[in-house]
Amino acid sequence: MKVRGTKLSHDEFMNKVISVDHHPEIEYAWATGIAISKFLEGLKQGKIYGAKCNDCNRVVCPPRIFCEECFSPMVEYVELPDTGVVNTFSLAYIRTDASRREKPEIPAVIDIDGTTLTPSGFLHLLDENISHDEIKVGMKVKAVWKPENERTGSITDIMYFTKMEE
Amino acid sequence: MKNRKVGIVSVGLTKFMRRAKETPKELAYYAAKTALDEAGITRRDVDAAIIGSAPDAFDGVHQKHEYLTDGAGGVNLPTMRGYVGGGTGVFSPIQGWYSIASGMHDVVLVTTEEKMSSVLPSAQAAFNTIFDNMIERPLGPNLVWIFALEMRRYMETYGIPKEHIAAVSVKNKGNALDHPSAMLGQKLTIEDVLNSEVLAEPVHLLDISPVADGAVSFVMMSEEKIKEFGISLDDVAWVEGVGWNVDTTMWTNRDLSYPKYVEKAAKQAYTMAGQKDHSPETLRKWLSFAEPYDPFNYKELHHLEGLQLFEKGKAPLAAYEGVTARDGDFPVTPSGGLLGVGNPIAAAAGMKVAEVYLQLTGKAEKRQIPKDVTRGLAQAWGDLMQVGTVIILKGGRVE
Ligand SMILES: [Zn+2]
Repeated sequence: MKVRGTKLSHDEFMNKVISVDHHPEIEYAWATGIAISKFLEGLKQGKIYGAKCNDCNRVVCPPRIFCEECFSPMVEYVELPDTGVVNTFSLAYIRTDASRREKPEIPAVIDIDGTTLTPSGFLHLLDENISHDEIKVGMKVKAVWKPENERTGSITDIMYFTKMEE
Repeated sequence: MKNRKVGIVSVGLTKFMRRAKETPKELAYYAAKTALDEAGITRRDVDAAIIGSAPDAFDGVHQKHEYLTDGAGGVNLPTMRGYVGGGTGVFSPIQGWYSIASGMHDVVLVTTEEKMSSVLPSAQAAFNTIFDNMIERPLGPNLVWIFALEMRRYMETYGIPKEHIAAVSVKNKGNALDHPSAMLGQKLTIEDVLNSEVLAEPVHLLDISPVADGAVSFVMMSEEKIKEFGISLDDVAWVEGVGWNVDTTMWTNRDLSYPKYVEKAAKQAYTMAGQKDHSPETLRKWLSFAEPYDPFNYKELHHLEGLQLFEKGKAPLAAYEGVTARDGDFPVTPSGGLLGVGNPIAAAAGMKVAEVYLQLTGKAEKRQIPKDVTRGLAQAWGDLMQVGTVIILKGGRVE
């Protein structure tokens, strides 16, 4: 079987062949819905909200208005502590535009304390000043908040999570 | 009601390239025309066309299926596109299967295509639109992050050394040296992989597959049509089982160490194929080889476990010890995979299904597994780490 295709080098693509450019300017704004609005309002007040399903009894974070398993309404929001456990983390040197960082940022999944059945949580960042050797899966962490007057109702109202002293 | 028997009778592939001069439509035409020629039929014989392609954001062309219709041979036919992210390339032949098995159509032309080079400065910008728009994107994530996070959780859960995972890059990039479509066949050592640039620990540059442009097509037929066209059973691979499964997009609420949705998809496919015993030893004897999805090296291992082909946490050592080499006890990704042949999303998984066909019909040339192969599996994965798609094929003369 013959495999066809005409390979272009980066230079040929950028400078030699005819190409047509388009830079779409599109802007989106999303209403954050019922449950995530509650979650983001909570962050503005320095609180982390989860939600409880009265069918399967689990408390989940982030909150939603229905349990995707039972498909029944989650009527109860639960205020959770601003502490949790590192489920997993990375030392990330690559940016979205493929350029590199000298000092890595540290994305992590944080399982929030007080979630039940299986721990649940969200993506956030760890304190960049924690020594890399100290960061472990299972490490206990606490949210570091922006000053109250700088919070806007955004996931970034938490600046990052930092290691809790034992 | 009993499903009709369905076979793949031919495949067609383009080269996989970092940048193709051809448009997506032209790439689709190359693959589709090759598949028709290989089957010895023309577009007039085709009842329906199926198109598989991943996010429109790569092309900057909205509703890409309509744009691709001409190249996929679908003009004035019942033509449709199915899309489950990276899982698409296996889902498209599944759609071909049910279009025929149901009695709806007899001859279906399936085309998987991707062109990722049009988005600048890199495909990353388009990938970022898959993240949650309200509580994840404000953190500035990129695609390497979630792979790094899942990989770390997998390694931590089972105590897996990085050397064992790196062995997958060495194997697959090595196997790709024998694939005519490959863009990144390389002879490497485990040290090369471990010492390659750190992108997002634990992910290094040689743990990752390259973005690519390319297309792969199949001709699928009912048993009746195969007879009518006088196609030799030596050129046929029967679809014996299919399965697919989708988990929640809330990936931070999930067990990242194990792909439950792949297990569910696989068990659906095994059960459909009449294989009730899902223990690894039985399945590795029953299947001759597998082509699981390998956009990152650890994903091949993660998927082998989800597919029940190895116990949880046990696939890495098997890869390291050569069990999954092309001439090993259980060959995995003899094609060279996404890591070596390239990763034009939907077409990459299409290439995996094509490899199963080519191996079963003895047409894999230098890549042919050096033993009798009767039955093979291809699997793909995608969206926000939540989709599993599985297809099982068997040789045309296998009972
Ligand atoms: Zn529930």
